[in-house]
Amino acid sequence: MKKVKTLSSNTLKQSVKNGGCGECQTSCQSACKTSCTVGNQSCENPNR
Amino acid sequence: MIHQYKNNGYDIVMDVNSGAVHVVDDTVYDAVALLAEKLPEMDEPGPLPGELAAEVRQRLAREYGYGAQDIDDAMSDIQELIDAEELFTKDEYRDYVVDFKKRKTVVKALCLHIAHDCNLACRYCFAEEGEYHGRRALMSFEVGKKALDFLIANSGSRRHLEVDFFGGEPLMNWEVVKQLVEYGRSQEEIYNKKFRFTLTTNGVLLNDEIMDFCNREMSNVVLSLDGRKEVNDRMRPFRKGAGSYDLIVPKFQKFAESRGQMNYYVRGTFTRYNLDFASDVLHFADLGFKQMSVEPVVASPDEPYALQPEDLPQILSEYDRLAVEYIKRKKEGRGFNFFHFMIDLNQGPCVAKRLSGCGSGTEYLAVTPWGDLYPCHQFVGQEQFLLGNVDEGITNTAVRDEFKLCNVYAKDKCRDCFARFYCSGGCAANAWNYDGSITGAYDIGCEMQKKRIECAIMIKAALADEEEH
Repeated sequence: MKKVKTLSSNTLKQSVKNGGCGECQTSCQSACKTSCTVGNQSCENPNR
Repeated sequence: MIHQYKNNGYDIVMDVNSGAVHVVDDTVYDAVALLAEKLPEMDEPGPLPGELAAEVRQRLAREYGYGAQDIDDAMSDIQELIDAEELFTKDEYRDYVVDFKKRKTVVKALCLHIAHDCNLACRYCFAEEGEYHGRRALMSFEVGKKALDFLIANSGSRRHLEVDFFGGEPLMNWEVVKQLVEYGRSQEEIYNKKFRFTLTTNGVLLNDEIMDFCNREMSNVVLSLDGRKEVNDRMRPFRKGAGSYDLIVPKFQKFAESRGQMNYYVRGTFTRYNLDFASDVLHFADLGFKQMSVEPVVASPDEPYALQPEDLPQILSEYDRLAVEYIKRKKEGRGFNFFHFMIDLNQGPCVAKRLSGCGSGTEYLAVTPWGDLYPCHQFVGQEQFLLGNVDEGITNTAVRDEFKLCNVYAKDKCRDCFARFYCSGGCAANAWNYDGSITGAYDIGCEMQKKRIECAIMIKAALADEEEH
């Protein structure tokens, strides 16, 4: 593509297939304690 | 759903439903905007309708003055993205997430209120100087042990269990913290569990022994400090009024270094008194900290320090200012991590995690010094949210179920918001405080969240740009 640089492909759609294991950190247990943020959290599923 | 914006010289197009994020040139940017006016989300990839494509081509030439080749290239790239299911895709997750939320949930994290007491008198404290609408109290080892037993017993097959020592100020009950860590470790092998302990502290009582213990046992520590001395000392005084900055900063600097500048956050709160909070984040960086978070105050709107809707333009421009400086320092080799600008676009959380909310009231519970269970630390002391206790478990299943079904699709304001995959519907306590419902929204918080996401993605674009050149 000449005019587009893709930073992220369709990762959400892909994650439906192998997601939902629940091993990831609870979002509020990180730094915030007042605002729910999940976009910056890590996935802990090695099979995704 | 398409969300597009320009920031710091970058044209960014997000295909919200697929998670795809593109940096584009002006022609593609304008073409996507014109297409989005009329093109519905597509069930399957396919060619753009001929009539619409022709109309968009015409408008790009006439109204925007783009040349023919330029327009051809843009339309060709757009078709390529559609074919790859990375543009104009449909939201197919609703049923998936509703089913996901209905599954049997386990408890995986506890916020232990190890001390309802504090040695500071922070003016914005939602815990009312540690007391949470109640009396001062310290959690006994027995209550804490029952809480850990409750967590193990209700965690199903989940291996990692999270326990945050919170307060008030947890170091005011330090011996019990140590005993509970020891007890938790003793149960790991028996039940095939692994505890991740964390600590949130104001630092007043921090000493070498505590730092050594934390460096061995705590997977993260949250160090409360608000930024510049005058900002911190105004809102975080001791009970007799003296500022806390001078005592605490050297301890936190030593602690951060002793942890190799990893697995901690210096965490501040900004209020109406420091709407120029980017300076506080940068102050942390200048003090040598590498991991930091500065968050908007949670307060009743009639408090003088509460953020007001008219403060938003300044707050949003502060995030922009911070983002530009953040990139600059990264490029100069003196970068730092700001919690809200961290985003993992490729290996981040799965869609189930993104849409199902923070887990409060189900996967995540707060435990008071007496062993009462609440949906999270923010609800502690509000009797209508009392869920049960560590002896009997969850008895108020009506409130538990309300939280269980709380997800992005249960929130009217989230349905058409591009940020829903990044904030997971926001904080239930904020929604309750401002909107009177856990499925409501805190509008000021939403605007800030959206700006932070836009900045975080722009930063990714800028750093990717740097790598290429």
